Formats: sequence, C-alpha cells, structure tokens
Amino acid sequence: MSQANAVIERFVATGQESCFHDRHINPQIVAGLNGANWRLKDYEARGGYAALRKILGRDGSAPNAETGVAGMTQDEVIATVKESGLRGRGGAGFPTGLKWSFMPRQFPGQKYLVCNSDEGEPGTCKDRDILMYNPHVVIEGMAIAAYAMGISVAYNYIHGEIFSAYDRFEEALEEARAAGFLGKGIMGSGFNFELHAHHGFGAYICGEETALLESLEGKKGQPRFKPPFPASFGLYGKPTTINNTETFAAVPWIIRNGGQAYLECGKPNNGGTKIFSVSGDVERPGNYEVPMGTPFAKLLELAGGVRGGRQLKAVIPGGSSSPVIPADLMMKLTMDYDSIAKEGGSMLGSGAVIVMDETRCMVKSLKRLSYFYMHESCGQCTPCREGTGWLWRLVDRIERGEGKPSDMALLDNVAENIMGRTICALGDAAAMPVRAMVKHFRHEFEHCIEHKQCLVTSDV
Amino acid sequence: MITSTPNTPVAALSAATLARFDREVAKYPADQKQSAVMACLAIVQHEFGHVSPESEAAVAQHLDMAPIAVHEVTTFYNMYNQQAMGKFKLNVCTNLPCQLRDGGKALAHLEHKLGVRMGETTADGLFTLQQSECLGACADSPVMLVNDRHMCSFMSNDKLDALIDGLKAAEGKA
Repeated sequence: MSQANAVIERFVATGQESCFHDRHINPQIVAGLNGANWRLKDYEARGGYAALRKILGRDGSAPNAETGVAGMTQDEVIATVKESGLRGRGGAGFPTGLKWSFMPRQFPGQKYLVCNSDEGEPGTCKDRDILMYNPHVVIEGMAIAAYAMGISVAYNYIHGEIFSAYDRFEEALEEARAAGFLGKGIMGSGFNFELHAHHGFGAYICGEETALLESLEGKKGQPRFKPPFPASFGLYGKPTTINNTETFAAVPWIIRNGGQAYLECGKPNNGGTKIFSVSGDVERPGNYEVPMGTPFAKLLELAGGVRGGRQLKAVIPGGSSSPVIPADLMMKLTMDYDSIAKEGGSMLGSGAVIVMDETRCMVKSLKRLSYFYMHESCGQCTPCREGTGWLWRLVDRIERGEGKPSDMALLDNVAENIMGRTICALGDAAAMPVRAMVKHFRHEFEHCIEHKQCLVTSDV
Repeated sequence: MITSTPNTPVAALSAATLARFDREVAKYPADQKQSAVMACLAIVQHEFGHVSPESEAAVAQHLDMAPIAVHEVTTFYNMYNQQAMGKFKLNVCTNLPCQLRDGGKALAHLEHKLGVRMGETTADGLFTLQQSECLGACADSPVMLVNDRHMCSFMSNDKLDALIDGLKAAEGKA
C-alpha cells in the first residue's frame, strides 16, 4: 500500500457506528456481525448456506415421503417466500414471491437474475453494510432465487460509489466458487448457477430497474418503457427478475425457518424485519434492523432520539423521494409499508429515515433535493428533464427572496404536470417531495416570498 | 467538449491493463462484450487518472464498440473524469441527509483549506475538490469519496485537516 493510501485508510468507516451496535431488535441479516466475520467460514458458522443445502436436498434430511425426492421443489420455494409476506426492500414493496412467480420458468433459453445494489436513494446506506459485512447472505439468497426460477446466470449491480463493497463482493464470490456454492452441479445436484459482480459509476437513475439493465448492457442508463416488463424482456432481451440486495438477504432465513415464522416477525402483509437507515438529526445515525411494524417512536429512541434534545420537526420516511411527514403524525406511525402509506400518506420506500429537527428550513431542504433530481434526470422525457430544472429554479428563487406569490401555485402545477407523464418514476420522485413540502410547510414558503428571507435561518 | 473522431489515435494499453479488461469481459456472454465497458473505463481511470479520447478509442476497439457509444457512457456517468484531475479527487457529499450533518460545512472547510472553489484543482496539482450527490453512506456523514474508491467517513474539520495534511506529507509537499 502506498503511503498516501495508508493515510486515506485511517478515515474509512469501520461499520462500528452504523452496524455493529446492540440496538437492533431481533435482527436476522446483521445478527452477530462484527466486521471481521464476513468470510465464508464465518457465514457457515452462523448457519449460512444451510438453506441452499436444504432446497437442494443436501442437508441430510429424509426425502419427501410422497415424491421420494429430497429437498424442495421450485414451487415449494416460491410458495414459502409468498407465505413469508416478504416485500421488495428496494423501495416499491412489491411481494417478492409473486414477482418470482411471474418468471416464465419454462422459457427455452437463457434467463437472468439481477440484484439491484445500486443504492443511491438519498438517506439509504443499508445495502452497503450488507455487502461489506455479510456478502454471502446475498449470494445464498440469489442462489435460492435462481433455483426457484430455473435461472443459471446472475449479476449483482453495485453502486459505483461504494467500490469497496464491490471489491468485497468479488472476494466473497471467489470463496463461494472455490467452495462449490457457485458453478456447475452445485453440491452434486443438477443445479448450475453463475454469479458476477458489476459496478455502476455514478448515476442515480440506474437504481431504476430498466435503467439498470441498460447500464448492465454497457449503455447510458436510460429507463425503458414498460411493458414489456423485465420478466418477459429483460437483460439482453431475455426474461429477467430483479430484486434488491436486502430482499435477497432475507431469503435464506425464510427458507431455514419457514414463511410463517418470517411473517410472524413482522405484521400481517408486512413480514419480517427491515433495516432502516436513520440519518440526519439524531444522536446515533446508523442502520437499525427491527421487525416490520416497529413504532417510529421506538426507532427514534434506538437512534438516540433527536440530536441535542431538540424537538422533532419532520421525517422523510423512505428515502428522499418519499413525501415528508410532519412530526406529530410521524410519531403515531409504525414502520411498515401499510402504516406509512395508508396513515402517513407517504412511502416506506427503501427504509431511509431522514430525521429533521425544529431548526430546519424546509425551503432550503427542498431546494437541495430539487437540485439533486435536476442533476440526476436522465434527460429522456421532456416533463422530467425540463420540469426538474424548473422546480429547482422556482425553489431557488423563493429561497433567495425573489419569489412571487404566484410561485406557490406554479410549483404545484409544475409538479403535477411531471407526475405520471414520464417513462420511469424519477419524475414522480422529484415531484412528490415538492408537493408534500408545500402541503405541510406552506407557511415557510409563503413567509419566504413575502419577507424575502426564510422563516428559519439555519443553513439547511 | 473533447471527443474522439475516426482520426483519434488509439491509446496503447499495457498487457496488464488488457488482462484486467478481459477479466471483466469474461463475466458476460461472448456476444455481449459491451457490458464490460463501464468496468473497462473505470480501469482506465484507475490507471491513468482520467478517460481520454485515446483511451475511449482503445476501449472501443477492445470491445468491438463504436467510439461514440463508449463516449456516451463516459459522459453519462458522473464518476468518469473527462479531464485530468488532481492526484487526489475529493468528492464531498452535500445531499440533504449529509447537509443535515455538516456535509456543506465540510465542503466549505475544504474550499478554505485548499484555497480553491469546488470544481477546481489546487495549483500544485494535488487536489481536485468536487461536490457530489448521494454516495450511499448517509449515516456516516460528513462523507467524502477519495479517488473513486475510498469512502472516508465522519469527516469533521479536524479529520479533514489531518487527511489533507497527511496526504501532502505523503507526497512530500507538506
């Protein structure tokens, strides 16, 4: 290592603060991790690869009395995942088992499995910790998914900015290949499975699944029109299933313990545990794996409460694209898809909880978010390409004290005219925070327009 | 904007670099070599500091792609350097979660310490300072990515000073 690299390495995160604390509740994915025990032998010591052995009938258990076949059938694996209530952890919350059942298993040609580790939704940093500190759980989850859908080749698309996680995943793949968990005839079965790592290089849009596929094909990451959906026309035009890193990471536990057991960890229709990335104005930002349905108040307590003993102002509950929720409403909600959506009017999204205290200026906050969406719009659809810039310019001039009273209606109008008028969800993602901020904190914007300065004088 | 033309010379890449390319190419189906373009460009940047039109032409040749298709990739993704950078590229995240934990102040501190504005390179060629969008390390804010591959976390002003001073010393420019 060069002298310069040795200097830089002193500042690289250890995971101590974000992951290896004792403030998770009944964790499954991060349980027992310490940063040093990410290797295959450690993973196996934690019960790793037992689920893959189980489905392949290589765990020493007796064959099925009726069929005489050891292990689990593809249908049994999918049924177990359906029963678990597992929903997509990347943001959309789509039922995983159902997605797997859409895959045309009998398709006579190559099919692909893709892991979406392009974690770039502001506020989210959970997949990084999974890939860094427990990479084999993702490999095993992907192998189980591939088996269930009859897929033999897979890619893990990893956010370019977390290059060390890409390097780490490559190393874990080498271990899994050497141990025979990847490759041809896995554990003496007829199941073949190859898995490769692919990195991005700085494009938020590639977290959108069809942009990710374009990028994986070596192109600009511009989303595709749907339909056709990836299950029929995906990578290289072949049937493809895409799931988030954390979704795959949940699968081995489900296979080992059963779908019902997983469902019971959470609440009905919202099975299992979820890793929440808590950032912003809390004492202890970090990742917290807790059961679905945990009260927000409890999560906030785990994160040490609002920083400096200040009052909570608002929470962006599921990554920067999810509508902001004012404090009084947020404190009544539980952390699961249904509560955040139905009672909170927002989205659980990727589980990135951005906490804002009473000193925060919503105009400045929205200005920064709007800049982000303008910067990351891929430019393909006019309403998004032009609209995101328009939104930013509007919020910018309001914040600089040059706003006009008519700008309030204009903001809402521009946002409304982006929503639903673009190929992918980035347009909606840019518009939703605007509408929610204006809805819940209208007085701050109006104050800024009327008095030529922000009501709250903090930097953000 | 610099771009390659049919007359752009093709960079001569070493056997070691091409071996790194081929390790990436092997991940994809034989008729889908283009999939390796992002990795090959990242390798070029890792070795030469930036992606020149000559390098793009070499990657294009190696992957049987049109040079413009390679250039589209270089220009679409934020992390590819289209010009020479300082020896250390410092990308400070200033997205909202980081702003709430002094990401903006970290950038301002570096501007002051290095005597450059964001987007600029120091006169000694050591540091290029940039603002960046979400690096995916929000709980560790303030965060800064150094030379694309090293995420530095919890970068208080003291730590930023220690990093900069340490790098200067390592380069004999303290």
